[in-house]
Amino acid sequence: MQVDMPQVLFKNRHLGRPATIDEYRAGGGYEALRATIGKRTPAEVLQLVLDADLRGRGGAGFPAGRKWQGVPVDHVGPRYVVINTDEMEPGTFKDRILVNADPHLVIEGIVLCAYSIGASEGVFFIRPSYEGDAVLIEQECRVARENGYLGKNILGTDFSFDVHVHRSAGRYICGEASAQIKAISGQRPNPRKGGPRTAVKGLWDCPTIVNNLETLANLPGIVRNGPQWFKSLARSATGSGTKLYSVSGQVAKPGCYELPIGVTIREIIFEHAGGMAPGKTFKTVIPGGASTPYLPESLLDLEMDFDPMRAAGQRFGTASLMVFDQGTCLVGATLSLIEFFARESCGWCTPCREGIPYIRELLRRLEGGEGTEEHIAMIQDMLPVLDAAYCAFAPGAAEPVRGLLTHFMDEVRAHITEKRCPFGNPPPSLRGKACGTRPIQFGPTPCPEDQCPI
Amino acid sequence: MLPEALEKELHRLVAAVPRPREAAVDVMYVLQRHYGYLCDEAMHCAARVLGMTTLELESLATFYDYLYRRPVGRYVIHVCDSVVCWMFHQDSIFDYLCRTLGVPPGGTSEDGLFTVLPAACIGNCHNAPTMLINGRFYDRLTPERIEAVLAELRQGIEEPVRCK
Repeated sequence: MQVDMPQVLFKNRHLGRPATIDEYRAGGGYEALRATIGKRTPAEVLQLVLDADLRGRGGAGFPAGRKWQGVPVDHVGPRYVVINTDEMEPGTFKDRILVNADPHLVIEGIVLCAYSIGASEGVFFIRPSYEGDAVLIEQECRVARENGYLGKNILGTDFSFDVHVHRSAGRYICGEASAQIKAISGQRPNPRKGGPRTAVKGLWDCPTIVNNLETLANLPGIVRNGPQWFKSLARSATGSGTKLYSVSGQVAKPGCYELPIGVTIREIIFEHAGGMAPGKTFKTVIPGGASTPYLPESLLDLEMDFDPMRAAGQRFGTASLMVFDQGTCLVGATLSLIEFFARESCGWCTPCREGIPYIRELLRRLEGGEGTEEHIAMIQDMLPVLDAAYCAFAPGAAEPVRGLLTHFMDEVRAHITEKRCPFGNPPPSLRGKACGTRPIQFGPTPCPEDQCPI
Repeated sequence: MLPEALEKELHRLVAAVPRPREAAVDVMYVLQRHYGYLCDEAMHCAARVLGMTTLELESLATFYDYLYRRPVGRYVIHVCDSVVCWMFHQDSIFDYLCRTLGVPPGGTSEDGLFTVLPAACIGNCHNAPTMLINGRFYDRLTPERIEAVLAELRQGIEEPVRCK
């Protein structure tokens, strides 16, 4: 954990255990709620969030306040907040760390959002491998209820709001807002194409705000300290706030770090994550989770912020950095990523269902030394087809492939000219992985276990 | 016929949510724990309690990764094969488990204890390579650590109720 950076979301992070409600309150926790419920209007809270320019931390980066503005003011009946803790994208584990670090920060953020949009009920959507989080949040919601921060007549006012946990049975597509609504409704979770937006017609056909957990956890700070304070946390001109960066792969200290928006990628990897793992040399990084492209070394000084990233042809995404070294085959890595997307596609629309396995097959041939120049052209032809899918899943799957072909074409061509993987990987099996008789050699990430807070 | 306590638990789950079908996954989880997997009998029970058709539930049970419509072992091992674990030679871990347990991918060991499944990503990338067994993370894996984990799990086994 870094001490020289403002810690807002990780202020109460302890080694190996979540902060208690008393610890949270001792640092000013629930003061924002006390200063808001019954004292500010919901519109005032919305204005604070708009002024703070809080952008969604779940990947798309849509301004949270603008999303909330989509809730129809004249709607009669329930409104919902759905807290998206699905986080099934490879490389991304920030929400798990955050819930485990400071559950009441998250709860206070949820209640502030609910107050602003007039919601009566919240649904905490959690993936199955985070069962520990589900149990923790249920327990801490009970504690919050007993202390008057949740449930009927919050803090003695006429505002009532409660949260329950919805356990997912596990599919990546459930992270997409409209699919998540269907999952909660007990329907097959296919995304909905086009409108209406979930803010207008979501859970049980009522207005529903689906926000990423980290997004909501920023609210107590914004309400308590003001939009200007929040903006001042960022290092870039256009950014606001801090961000949880998940760093994994071939670095010396993989982990989750809270750093300003706008910090450079080089700084994240080579200062906070300890640089490359011993004996490893940097090749590339996927900077924003699995649905963002590879970033070449020449762009390491790019600021991690939504707009500068987009201007450079990159994506901020979930700010989950996966670092690759020179010894890792990027065709193999891309094949692994595409295997993930092919398996996780819900199969509801043709571009995704057919397009991703098509690219997977071509990458298998290339990795196995059976590729030709024509296969590269076939992949390039298919990539725009993925953009025609119902949701952002397939276009996201295309991003690492685009990055591979843009920045590492030499490596792809080496597979064709040498008729084998130049890194010595054996031909991939139908499972997409190397298999068979080679000696078992694997080992853990470099960071010693006793340094890992969670 | 379900045990009375289980029947009560299912009705409690359904009553705790605004509409019964929101509890579909929870109900199936409970029945899966009871029967070992979602056998036809479990699916009919779920449909009855939820007021849904078995076809509606089938579309969920066959879609999600953590619901099993076929028999699985006492311990389901989700081996992460996302790109980060792959970087640390995850493929070998999958192979290692399959070889050690004598099962094909997705198969169950002869003693009925272990099922090995590839998992998309289990959200533990900073501790790669990693796997999840019955909801518990096992990370920074080495062959020795895997052997130790399997040996530990072979102790203390409770035999679940099985469909006839």
